[in-house]
Parts: sequence; structure tokens; C-alpha cells
Amino acid sequence: MSKLIDAIQNRVLVSDGAWGTFLQQKGLQPGECPESWNITRPDDVFDIAKSYIDAGADMIETNSFGGNRFKLANYGLADSVYEINKAAAEISRKAAGDKFVLGSVGPTGKLLLMEEVTEDGLYEAFKEQSIALEAGGADAIVVETMTDLEEARIAVKAASENTSCEVICTMTFDKTVDGEFRTMMGISPTEMVEPLIAAGASVIGANCGNGIADMIGIVKEIRQANASIPVLIHANAGIPHYHDGKTVFPETPADMGALVNDIIAAGANIIGGCCGTTPDHICEVCKVVKS
Amino acid sequence: MSELLSKLAECIEFGKINMASPYPPQMKGQEGADEITRKALDEGVNPQDILSKGLMPGMERIGIKFRENKVFVPQVLMSAKAMSTAMLHLKPHFLSGAAKQKGTFIIGTVLGDLHDIGKNLVGMMVEGNGYKVIDLGTDVSSDKFIAALKENPNAVIGLSALLTTTMVNMEKITREIKEALPGTLVTIGGAPVNNDFCMKIGADNYSPDPQGVVEFLNTKIA
Repeated sequence: MSKLIDAIQNRVLVSDGAWGTFLQQKGLQPGECPESWNITRPDDVFDIAKSYIDAGADMIETNSFGGNRFKLANYGLADSVYEINKAAAEISRKAAGDKFVLGSVGPTGKLLLMEEVTEDGLYEAFKEQSIALEAGGADAIVVETMTDLEEARIAVKAASENTSCEVICTMTFDKTVDGEFRTMMGISPTEMVEPLIAAGASVIGANCGNGIADMIGIVKEIRQANASIPVLIHANAGIPHYHDGKTVFPETPADMGALVNDIIAAGANIIGGCCGTTPDHICEVCKVVKS
Repeated sequence: MSELLSKLAECIEFGKINMASPYPPQMKGQEGADEITRKALDEGVNPQDILSKGLMPGMERIGIKFRENKVFVPQVLMSAKAMSTAMLHLKPHFLSGAAKQKGTFIIGTVLGDLHDIGKNLVGMMVEGNGYKVIDLGTDVSSDKFIAALKENPNAVIGLSALLTTTMVNMEKITREIKEALPGTLVTIGGAPVNNDFCMKIGADNYSPDPQGVVEFLNTKIA
């Protein structure tokens, strides 16, 4: 099997959709640790992974977004990082067959600036998580939903220095009142490009955010800063609305599919979904990409 | 005195904690919020004036810049740090009654949600604008809010949530708080929350940014 980077040279690839909102549909309760399901309910996690493969995705993530020791400590699971992340990758590996597995690595929730954590502390946490994901069979590590460039850089460095996985990094941008894209910590798409590549990322991009339309502008900005770096987009199905005690994501599979060609034209190499997207969204993306 | 206080406001606005702090670069080597607050107290400046003419204008200016996306979370955190440093010097004066805070604000991230960055930002901003802040932390139940309210009658409640799955808990918590202590004001915030949601769940205010919470409190309390 060719590596992810080689595969991107030939065509646009499709990634998977949401995990968190999918787990909730399967009964994950608020306050429950999503990653603990890799141990307690592996069949449900497998179903999610498999449903995206069945939808036509070229790659799937792992149920390990909050699998770093700082997040797991909230549930008394700080010492289970290896077990939980290895299991996460094994489940997705089993579902993926010859498709790619991207080991998901999210932020720690600790701020360097407030001295809640040290750089070394972050590095060690991301190192331990990445090693476990590789051990479970991940082809690549995807560092995602980052807002602090320093934390993102450390995570990418830890993954690239301690595994043989390809490393992807996506940050989460909002639109400012002036129409610029910035993370919560003030980082623009342009500003992230060179530091992340220097830290060892071979694919960069954006995830979560306000829906797929904004992603077009974000991809364009990345492309302007760097013409050749492969770009991955995991877009939300819009901003959720509250309806009858439930939150509903407004963008339908057709809405998402309608903008896929624009995202490709802007320069994206891998397209998938984030919060609120489903196998139907991914199926629709596949249709457009493969047509 | 007024020069000292305007200098203090500037330290808060730009996040200058103390002389040793290298941040912000343009104020390197200058006195920070720590030294200036101490100096002001030594010179006999009224602690109330230090709060209302030093800290509050600085916090208000950074709050407005944050709302306008002129600055982002890191700059606000540095301002909050400078503010907390100054507050340490003022605490004894609040306790003795020599200086008064405007009212009490009880804040927490709702049940099931462990995210605290937004909640902390709001708490710090509200404190820097002259309120006593009681931070109940994350994963907070309505029982805990109600217990804190009973200890601090007339306090305003702030609810935070980051997740679309936990924002729904705001509805139950708001209802139970208002049933237990009618008339209690509840303000809500967080990435997935908006004004429409606020109306639907019967909360009193939604703010997309910390300064909005301060302004809501100022109209209701001060």
C-alpha cells in the first residue's frame, strides 16, 4: 500500500466524518469519557469506523481525540493512555482494511501561557499518545482542533520524532469581525504553515469551525502561503441549532457536496467532515470527488 | 495619583504583570501592575480608586478590544494575570470593608462539560471589573449552583458550555435555579450557544464575549 502522501499525488482523497456526535447517538452520555469506549464498547466504536469505510472514505480516524493524559486524568484514566490509544487504533485498523488509519490527537486543554503545563509536559503527553496509536496500527497521526500554535508545534514534533507515522496537523479557525480567519489564540492560516511544516507535518489544514463554506477561504489562504503542502479539511456541518431539547447541525449531505468542487479548486487534497457530519455526508463527498 | 492609576490601567490593558515580566515587549523593564498597585497603596491612594480608576478601565479596554477581535485569548490572559497580581494587594481591603466590590457573580461550566478556558476568561474579566467572583469549576450541577446562591444571596449566575451535547444541560440547570430561587439572573455563554438558545431555555442574557457579561452585570447590579 502506498503511503498517504503518495496517494495524494494521484487524486483528491476523502476522509471520514464526525466521531463525537456519532458516539452520542450511540448512547455516550455527557460527562462520560468517549475514549473509554475503546475498552468498554469496542463494537460500537468499530461500527462508526466501519460506517465511514462503507461510505467510501479513503481513510478513517481513531476514537482517541481526548486520549492524552491530561484529558484522561479528568476520568481517573491518566495511567491508561497506552491501552486506550492502542485499542483505538486497533479498532480503526480492523475496520479500515487497506484504507488509511489516522490516529486522532486533540489538544490537552492546558494553557502554556497560564503555566498550567510545561512544554516538556506537553511533549511527553503527545509522545506517549502517538507511540500507542502507532502500536495499534495507525498510518498517520492527525493533530487536530488546535488553536495554540505552540501546542500544535509540540504535538507535531512529538509525533514525528517518536513514530514513523506521517503527521498531519489541522487547526480550528473562526472568522473575525473584519472577515479574517484566526484561531481562538489569534493564529491565522498563513502563520501556522511554516512552523508546522518545520516541526514535521507533511499535511496541514483546518478542522471543525463554522461549516464548509468558510473552509474555502481558509484553503485559499494556506495555498497562497505555500503552493505545495498537501491540505486536509475536516469541516463541521455548520453551527448547530437548538431544537426541541436537541442540537441539530444544519448542513445536509447535499449542502456539503455542493461545495466540494470549490474546496478542491481552492487547493484541498483531502476532504472529510467534523462535528455533525455523518456517513451520508461522506458518501456525498465521495460522489463528487470520484465523479 | 491620577498618573499612577492611569499607568496601572495601561499595565492591565497590555498585560504588564511586574517589572521582571518580559511581556509585552514594548513595556520591558518598566514597572508592572504589581509594583504600581503596591506603590499606590503605600502612597495612601484609596483602594476603591485603585479598583475603579486603575483596574477597571484597563480591563474594560482589553475587553472591548477582544470583542472587536483586535486581540485574542493570549492578550486577555496576560491582562487577567496582571489584574490578579494587583488584586492580591487589594484583597485585604475588600475583606476589611475599606473597598467594596459591586456584587457577586457565581460561574461554572455545566454538568458533563470539563472545558474551562472560556469560563476562566469570563471569571477573570468580571473580577477585574469590580465584582466578587465565585468559580465553581467545571462539571457543575444545579445543586452546587443553588448551594452557592444560598450562601451569596442576590448573586448572578454565569453558565458556560463548549459542547453541543452539554449546552442542553443549561436548560435544566437554569430552570432548577429559578425554581429554587426565583428572581435569580442567569447569563450564559460558550461556543455553541446563541441568543435564540438563551430565549428558548429561559435564561436572562447571552453574551458572545466576556465584556458582554460585564455590561449585563453593570446594568443589573451596579
